[in-house]
Amino acid sequence: MPVNMIVCCKQVPDPEAPPSVFKVVDNKMTLPPEVKPVIGQYEEFALEAALKIKDTAGGKITALSLGNNFVRDVIKKALAVGADELILLEDKAFEDGDSWATANALAAAIKKIGTYDIIFCGRQSSDWDAGQVGLGIAELLGIPAVTLARKVEVGGGKAKVERVIPDGYQVTEVTLPAVIVVTSGIGALRYATLKGIMAAAKKQPLVWKPADIGLEPSKLGAAGRRTRLDKLFQPIKESKCEIIAGETVAEAGAKLAVRLREAKLL
Amino acid sequence: MAEYKGILVCGELADGKLASITTELLGCGRKLADESKEDLSCLLASDAVAGASKEAIAFGADKVHAVEHPALKEYQADSYMQVVEKVARDSAPRVILIGQTAMGRDMAPRLAFRLGTSLTTDCLDLRIDLTTKRLMQTRPVYGGNAQAVFTSESMPQMVTVRAKTMSPLERDPSRKGEVKPTKIDIDMSKVRTRILETVKEQAVGIKLEDAPVIVSGGRGMGGPQPFQTILKELADLLHGAVGASRPPADNGWVSEHLHIGLTGKIVAPDVYIAVAISGASQHTAGCSGSKHIIAINKDPEANIFREAEFGVVGKYEEVLPAFIGKLKELLAG
Ligand SMILES: Cc1cc2nc3c(=O)[nH]c(=O)nc-3n(C[C@H](O)[C@H](O)[C@H](O)COP(=O)(O)OP(=O)(O)OC[C@H]3O[C@@H](n4cnc5c(N)ncnc54)[C@H](O)[C@@H]3O)c2cc1C
Ligand SMILES: Nc1ncnc2c1ncn2[C@@H]1O[C@H](COP(=O)(O)O)[C@@H](O)[C@H]1O
Repeated sequence: MPVNMIVCCKQVPDPEAPPSVFKVVDNKMTLPPEVKPVIGQYEEFALEAALKIKDTAGGKITALSLGNNFVRDVIKKALAVGADELILLEDKAFEDGDSWATANALAAAIKKIGTYDIIFCGRQSSDWDAGQVGLGIAELLGIPAVTLARKVEVGGGKAKVERVIPDGYQVTEVTLPAVIVVTSGIGALRYATLKGIMAAAKKQPLVWKPADIGLEPSKLGAAGRRTRLDKLFQPIKESKCEIIAGETVAEAGAKLAVRLREAKLL
Repeated sequence: MAEYKGILVCGELADGKLASITTELLGCGRKLADESKEDLSCLLASDAVAGASKEAIAFGADKVHAVEHPALKEYQADSYMQVVEKVARDSAPRVILIGQTAMGRDMAPRLAFRLGTSLTTDCLDLRIDLTTKRLMQTRPVYGGNAQAVFTSESMPQMVTVRAKTMSPLERDPSRKGEVKPTKIDIDMSKVRTRILETVKEQAVGIKLEDAPVIVSGGRGMGGPQPFQTILKELADLLHGAVGASRPPADNGWVSEHLHIGLTGKIVAPDVYIAVAISGASQHTAGCSGSKHIIAINKDPEANIFREAEFGVVGKYEEVLPAFIGKLKELLAG
């Protein structure tokens, strides 16, 4: 049975940029231009989860992303690795939403898409780390959700999901359609093939505006928030690392042992 | 519209007893309740909660909603949600406190969306703004590269709280409170997921969370083998445990449950030795509470040196054997 899948992908500033370049200015995170946007890490895992199902059961993958000013080459990576379609909710009105506003708009877009068996989301976005949108979409659509999936199999209108729990795992079965929230154990996103990259270059994403999903601007983005951001700040960290050196690296290792004993750490 | 009043803690049990996260939430909730002269209540839902209910009162609750049902023995979202939604609607609290735990992560966003309210996850600090009476909710964002203070624009004000950030009250068995047994029928036709199997992986040796020393390896270890040999040798020597950054877990070099950081375990040992770990903010978010961090990395620019107190720049293959050799000598003498 071919499976209709939607993968919710967010474009974020590279979360692995060196911590020193993250600067809060006037309550906003500002990053230098050399920090490139990427698809969030857990959304990459979510894409891989969907691709694995497409490999075995076949089906269609629609990547869905909400934001503004998408960098086409970045977000089109979803197509290059094997998604069939890319829908962008792209408008100024979508900017600066919280989990509520984001889930609400994504759920409205998913209703418009209409046919879906599985909606894949990441466990948390790679910028705000909230961990809410996947479960929010499930609640708004009135469908079940399974979180922290590291393995998914589909058959007979159901999905069998292996999910990570503290010091173990759980195998659950969920009726479809469902939201499946993915964690990293699913495996790294495959590389795009040359053929995939060429095909993606030819495809144009579908761009939807607020009116296309039938939502008032007052329910979107910053205007649709249910939390207010009062302050963004960076706690001051003092770093004072004592680097232990030696004639050779091995000597430095031995001196480290001496120094740690001296400091009564070990 | 209902008037929202009081603080509700969504409690948890661990092996049938009141979980430590719940005592922490009660400690925090007690303070918030006293400041606003309101009641602190606690929801406990499992197959048997009598003992834990008494404990919740000893740890600060004025009232316990005690819900017993065989379907609640193991947390399962679709059944548990029926209970927590009903208690939250009936008691209409102003603030709901939930642990940032396996259950809390899965349950809190569902509840917030069902109640049509906001939620701030993974809070490190909570306080009441004296003028607005609003709950100021502080949490890390951008992988720990910044912190944000949020307030809710809707009621109830919901948060999840990171473990070990709040202090429990001293247990006082003479404290008075009311245990209110609450009968809730669970509609099994609304349960759309079924747990087929729960597997606990038995950890060998000292648990990561309890270890006084953690020797943690990163992607730079290059494969599974050094985790079992050189890192284990060092951990054993120091009566500690082996941990990892996320990539070794993702690659299957070590168990998923050894992964430390924002999306893994949060640890705070006396000594944390980071070997071949670059020190991404999402990793250090899980170990920055350690008393002393020691870094071994071949890259002098690696961010981990900004977190560490002592460091050696070099390949671990050369540093560690000499370090371990000398340490053995010193520990013997
Ligand atoms: C939302 C989100 C959540 C995340 N959660 C977590 C989390 O919980 N935990 C976590 O760890 N990561 C997490 N990450 C990933 C994180 O951003 C980094 O990718 C990860 O921590 C890098 O792991 P690493 O330091 O082992 O690998 P790398 O960054 O690849 O660093 C390897 C290091 O090893 C050094 N090295 C290589 N060879 C040697 C050698 N022979 N001897 C000595 N040094 C050597 C290199 O110089 C380098 O510094 C998360 C990311 C996101 C976006
Ligand atoms: N702007 C967005 N566009 C598409 N998907 C998103 C967006 N924000 C969040 N998501 C999805 O929801 C997951 C959890 O996000 P969050 O609740 O923000 O941590 C992410 O991993 C994505 O799968």
